[in-house]
Amino acid sequence: MRGAAVGEKATASRVDAAARFSLAQARRLARLGRRLRRSTHAALVALADQWRRSLQLRVITATFVVSGLVVAVLGVVLMQQIAQNVIGSKEKAAGNIASVGLNLAKNTIGVTGTPTESAPQLMYSIVQKLQTTGSSGPGNNYAVMVTLPPRYQGDPVYSGGQNAGFSPGLPRPPAHLVRLVERYPGHLYVVPATMSVVGDPHATGLAYGGSFGSVYQLYYFFPMAADQATLTKAQQTLLLVGVAVVFLLAAIAWLVTRWVVIPVRLAAHGALRLSTGNLDERMQVRGSDDLAALATAFNQMAASLQEKLGQLEDLSRVQRQFVSDVSHELRTPLTTIRIAADVLFGAKDEFEPAPSRSAELLQSQLERFESLLTDLLEISRYDANAATLDAEPVDVCDIARQSADVAQQLAERRGTRIEFRLPTEPCIAEVDSRRVERILRNLLVNAVEHGENREAVVTVAADSGAVAVSVRDFGVGLAPGEEQLVFDRFWRADPARARTTGGTGLGLAIAQEDARLHGGWLEAWGKPGRGSVFRLTLPRLVGGILAGSPLPLGPGPDDVDAEVVGLTATVIPLSDAGLANGQSNGQASGPDQDQPAEPGTDSEVTARG
Amino acid sequence: MKGRVLVVDDDAALAEMLGIVLRGEGFEPTFVADGDRAMEVFRESRPDLVLLDLMLPGMDGIDVCRQIRAESGVPIVMLTAKSDTVDVVLGLESGADDYIVKPFQSKVLIARVRARLRRTDDPAPEMLSIGDVTIDVAGHAVKRAGEPLSLTPLEFDLLVALARKPRQVFTREVLLEQVWGYRHAADTRLVNVHVQRLRAKIEKDPERPEIVVTVRGVGYKAGTG
Repeated sequence: MRGAAVGEKATASRVDAAARFSLAQARRLARLGRRLRRSTHAALVALADQWRRSLQLRVITATFVVSGLVVAVLGVVLMQQIAQNVIGSKEKAAGNIASVGLNLAKNTIGVTGTPTESAPQLMYSIVQKLQTTGSSGPGNNYAVMVTLPPRYQGDPVYSGGQNAGFSPGLPRPPAHLVRLVERYPGHLYVVPATMSVVGDPHATGLAYGGSFGSVYQLYYFFPMAADQATLTKAQQTLLLVGVAVVFLLAAIAWLVTRWVVIPVRLAAHGALRLSTGNLDERMQVRGSDDLAALATAFNQMAASLQEKLGQLEDLSRVQRQFVSDVSHELRTPLTTIRIAADVLFGAKDEFEPAPSRSAELLQSQLERFESLLTDLLEISRYDANAATLDAEPVDVCDIARQSADVAQQLAERRGTRIEFRLPTEPCIAEVDSRRVERILRNLLVNAVEHGENREAVVTVAADSGAVAVSVRDFGVGLAPGEEQLVFDRFWRADPARARTTGGTGLGLAIAQEDARLHGGWLEAWGKPGRGSVFRLTLPRLVGGILAGSPLPLGPGPDDVDAEVVGLTATVIPLSDAGLANGQSNGQASGPDQDQPAEPGTDSEVTARG
Repeated sequence: MKGRVLVVDDDAALAEMLGIVLRGEGFEPTFVADGDRAMEVFRESRPDLVLLDLMLPGMDGIDVCRQIRAESGVPIVMLTAKSDTVDVVLGLESGADDYIVKPFQSKVLIARVRARLRRTDDPAPEMLSIGDVTIDVAGHAVKRAGEPLSLTPLEFDLLVALARKPRQVFTREVLLEQVWGYRHAADTRLVNVHVQRLRAKIEKDPERPEIVVTVRGVGYKAGTG
């Protein structure tokens, strides 16, 4: 029992091993199959791609195919003609020999035609005579035989003529030829037949037959081996030549298309270089054909572009110079006015009420005038593309804290609290700290102003590609649609509202330009009565392209209560980031607005701590 | 506090206004309106501080600055309508200690002027060193391998501030406060340019600084040489 069990177990394990082995084999085959399929698919895709992109390939292939067809058709026709000729002439020659021989036999035998004692000798002499007639030479080999009709039982067949190399022996007359000869005496008939010759047991040939005398039948056998060989050789030569011609044509097509395609490629290459800013790019003009016309047109286009661009650059330079000159000219007298106003303001207590109040108004309005002037000049610098970025690696958290210093005074006056939510590790990015500080200062002042004395929350976060600062207030908020308008120049949310700090109306426009200069985004979200969020996102490295932001543009799930430390978003590596839409947060250009995330549904933010 | 201030500006109205303000604060202003005469007046009046407008007829303000700096370590404050970094850096590199952008408030001007004039003379003799550079704080002398180096007072103060705490990293804001005396909203470019100027004078290879070392993302510190 135990032995049997062991045996069973052994068998079972063997079976198991075998099963496992075949399974592994199957898996390997499947993998191989998959790999093969993948590589053929890849090869096909590459081929299709090459087909689409290469004019030359298409022309050469078309030439190949068309010339192949033409050559094939011509070849077939030619072959047929040759065959007909060769066979035709052979038939004619053979027919001549056969009819001459038949006449000879008829004349020799006379009228009687019945077999006699001397018939065999007679027959033999006839055959010998027939053998010698007809021109000898290769290709004209034939066999001759004289027979009695089959109904003459027991009578022998007289045959002769081994010249044609029949082997093993002379062929038998085909049955239907015999019938024809019997039925219609006196005529010469010909049928195609197979006969066995040296080297080819099934050679094709012609068999002639006719009757002479009253009972004798004469047969000629002409094998066509030589002609067949000729034809085959001709066919082979034709095929070889045809293939050679097709390839030659394809090669010529390649050469010709190269001739045309190279200038076209040069033009494309030149246009590409032109587009990258190389305005001196020109093509060589040779001759006066279509290609030369292309080159000439290209050169004209390039020259015109260069001229226009030069003009635009000049215009831009002139504008910049004007801005700079205006700036300088305005500033000096303004300084004097300002200082004078300061002096008057400092002495206002010594004046009568009217001049005293005038001094106050003068001072405050001059401040306003000054900031308006500065903002205008700043904006015009952006318009003239004259703004430069002084980027250095800075900790954005520091800038955030600094910008709050200015807003702090205003905040204290209004009783607003500014809360900071900064990550523990520094958020270092290559930015222009002056500009970023200006942006954040503006955002904070706005938040305090429109915050209805509720608090303002500043959050800073970073991921591998970007840093973001969001300023949240819980005041009047923004109406739907205003989130775009708010960045327009001189746009005010509510013109009737008293503006305590007297802003210029250009603050957010400048801030957005500052953000854009970094390659970053400045976006707004708001809900009437619930406040607003302004989010600044900047790439960590100069020239980086933003694909998303580490902070949400909206209230976020954790909003006011939870302490959020170190927010991170799904990291999108810079290498993969084209200008594709980031994960539901804005586009790479402009303050386009996406739907703000409702609390609880924002899946992008994971809070730690 | 000493109080002779030389105002170099071609705009008569502004110069007069500045004069009124400076006198009101107890300073003694002198005036010159073109670059060619600036050096002459400077040597005559021996001011304690120079307010220099950059756009001058005759010799350009930058050149005037260089000339003054070549002769003296007197504090120079640029007055300029141009606030672009290029212009600011150029001015600072040619020897100015600070710059104010027009239009400015008179109280800002006065504060800056006072800050520049306020230089506590350190009575205690103190010798510091960074690498092979020795600093005699009380004597305001800097030597490298025995060879004296000439630094402006501001550059000297910057070097001393760093050298006093050799392992500490100073942010630009801290340096602005300690060396320039500005507490808020001052331009950190001042620090950048002065560090470069300092490096140009005391480093063996300004491109690979060993005495004044940059700490990326934070600020500067004294190198261990």
